[in-house]
Amino acid sequence: MDLRYTPAQRAFRAEVRAWMAAHVPAAPLPSFDASRAGFEAHRAWERTLHEGRWSMVTWPEAYGGRGLDLIRWLIFEEEYWAAGAPLRVNQNGIFLLGPTLMEFGTAEQKARFLPPMARGEEIWAQAWSEPQAGSDLAAVRARAVRDGNGYRLSGHKIWSSRAAWADWAFGLFRTDLASERHHGLSLILFPLDAPGVTRRPIRQIDGETGFAELLLEDVAVPASNRIGAEGEGWRICMATAGFERGLMLRSPARFQTAARRLVELCARTPHAPAATREAVVQAAMDAEAYALAIYATASRLAAGGRIGAEASLTKIFWSEMDVALHRTALDLLGPCLELREGEGAAWLDGFLFSLAGPIYAGTNEIQRNIVAERMLGLPRG
Amino acid sequence: MDFALSEEARLMAGAVAGLLADSCTTAQLRALLARGDSFDRDRWGRLVAMGLPGALVPEAAGGLGLPPADFAPLAEACGAALLPEPLVEMAGITLPLLAEAGERVLLARALAGEATVALVHPRAPFALHAARAAAVVLVEPSRIRLAPTGALRITPRESLDPFRPIAEVAAAEGAETLAEGTAAAALSARAADRGALWSAAQMLGMGQRCIDLAAAFVQGRHQFGRPVGSFQAVKHHLASAQVRVELARPVLAAASAQSPGAGPATAARIAHAKLACGTAAEAAACAAIQVHGAMGYSWEVDLHFHLKRILALSAAWGTPAELRATVATRIFAAPPGPETLFPEEDARG
Repeated sequence: MDLRYTPAQRAFRAEVRAWMAAHVPAAPLPSFDASRAGFEAHRAWERTLHEGRWSMVTWPEAYGGRGLDLIRWLIFEEEYWAAGAPLRVNQNGIFLLGPTLMEFGTAEQKARFLPPMARGEEIWAQAWSEPQAGSDLAAVRARAVRDGNGYRLSGHKIWSSRAAWADWAFGLFRTDLASERHHGLSLILFPLDAPGVTRRPIRQIDGETGFAELLLEDVAVPASNRIGAEGEGWRICMATAGFERGLMLRSPARFQTAARRLVELCARTPHAPAATREAVVQAAMDAEAYALAIYATASRLAAGGRIGAEASLTKIFWSEMDVALHRTALDLLGPCLELREGEGAAWLDGFLFSLAGPIYAGTNEIQRNIVAERMLGLPRG
Repeated sequence: MDFALSEEARLMAGAVAGLLADSCTTAQLRALLARGDSFDRDRWGRLVAMGLPGALVPEAAGGLGLPPADFAPLAEACGAALLPEPLVEMAGITLPLLAEAGERVLLARALAGEATVALVHPRAPFALHAARAAAVVLVEPSRIRLAPTGALRITPRESLDPFRPIAEVAAAEGAETLAEGTAAAALSARAADRGALWSAAQMLGMGQRCIDLAAAFVQGRHQFGRPVGSFQAVKHHLASAQVRVELARPVLAAASAQSPGAGPATAARIAHAKLACGTAAEAAACAAIQVHGAMGYSWEVDLHFHLKRILALSAAWGTPAELRATVATRIFAAPPGPETLFPEEDARG
């Protein structure tokens, strides 16, 4: 055990820090979920990142990355968040579909989809959930009917983040129409501007249209848009869900930065009650515990380990920590909590967004079932 | 940046776990208790034969000279097994202190298994297994003294944990002074860090053991025609406990990679580890008792032994309030961020 950064890792941190200082927009970009202009401003930022070869540092150089290890990824994220850089509009692509393609895609699929993803030219949405298939994802009914050398997609997808303005989506479809549950499903990519796709933005708790429903009627796609074999969709999606719950989507730097802001807010709040101060300290400890857990995981993966059900466990931890952290900030705001302006509004938005954490990527109730069944060996209910 | 234990450390942890699985079973512990005893000489002899009392004592002073990070899994295993003998306290705190204070005579006897040594400290005022000890180390605010047990007035007190005999030790006349002034303060601070660290490790081991015991029980216990462990309410109790234990583990690992006494950031990381391990272990023990139903409230199930030792260790070597104050001081001086995650006070494992 040696918990020190190497000189090379320190040099890497300095390089990221210098680049971010020179390139991160001085003023925050408008939300990517509130307007097309905000969405496109974030796309432009993705392009800027790519030009600096920072869009996905862990990807191979051939696909626009730097081929770096996970420790450097964590260092990159720490500097990214500390610099106040914009949220990643293409997170569904770079953090979820990207790793999925890397593991399950063909060489042609990787060459076709990864570089434009890294450049921000193709922004991705996830099309898994359906009105009757939420926590019970294996109940998906959307169909992909074989048609010559391709498929025709039909069905109703919902809660699809970024889908209002994204370019592409990756969806779970039933390719074997006689199949049930998690059998007979396939993962298929489709352009959101294809004939037969209707997008209906859904207004969310904060008033923005962060997600959309997608109505698909006979949308034609080539068979080469299918990732993995027919019927392999469930297995592949579960691997993707592991990336989502695990270290990619919610890197610890996000919470370390939020905890630092919370500590600073508390320090300049006159007469912060002792109980609130305790909650601030707890939030800071939890953010550090999560960061240490992810560094430990990264170090284990580097030694050849794999992520299993513990991705569910960390998802429970970060999502519940995030709610508590933001709720503590609201306590510190006191009566100013209800002001929809200035710093308070950011904490309020953060609190509302934190409430999504225990729901998306599989609700925490489902995650607790997974922990109990796969880690503790308890019988399925 | 590597969290992995060395191959040596893994082998050692496996050997200790094997020894405990063989010689520290529930049946053996309950037999010991039935004899009104809390110290098994045979088991202690086997632990001594492995050189474990000297785990953290430098090789030059006759010990194994393990890095602290390698001792964490050993302390965890001792906690999980509810080991009654004071191995963790002696190997983890008392003998390293004697070695650092330059004491060699008693140290050599202790390493050879000829004597046990107890300790009192402002943060751990009760001496463990004092009646059978050859001597007691008295850590006081301004000095550290060593007194043979015969020269002390030892008053046994009734202990919550029946395997953890505690006593008050009255100040001695004519005790040997080991250190004074700043030297004593430095030794005392290191002992405090070690005490907190190894208490944390034992509690983590007990927390995981409680979850494992409960997971086994709820698979076998049937109600409504199915194992109670198939009900979500039961699953979620144990899953929530596992989340806390699992997220305390890397904090303990990181804390054990610091040098005890290195400074305020180290003390804060260790305090965090003890808080995280202690609250996780207590929650795990209580959840385990809950899912056992009425059995959980019985003497027959081992959970109460774990809960009692968790409670004792959560108060010793820094109460939760003291630990929170230590962490708060660091958090407000140096908020979370890349500069504070891995303190530079000496992170060599």
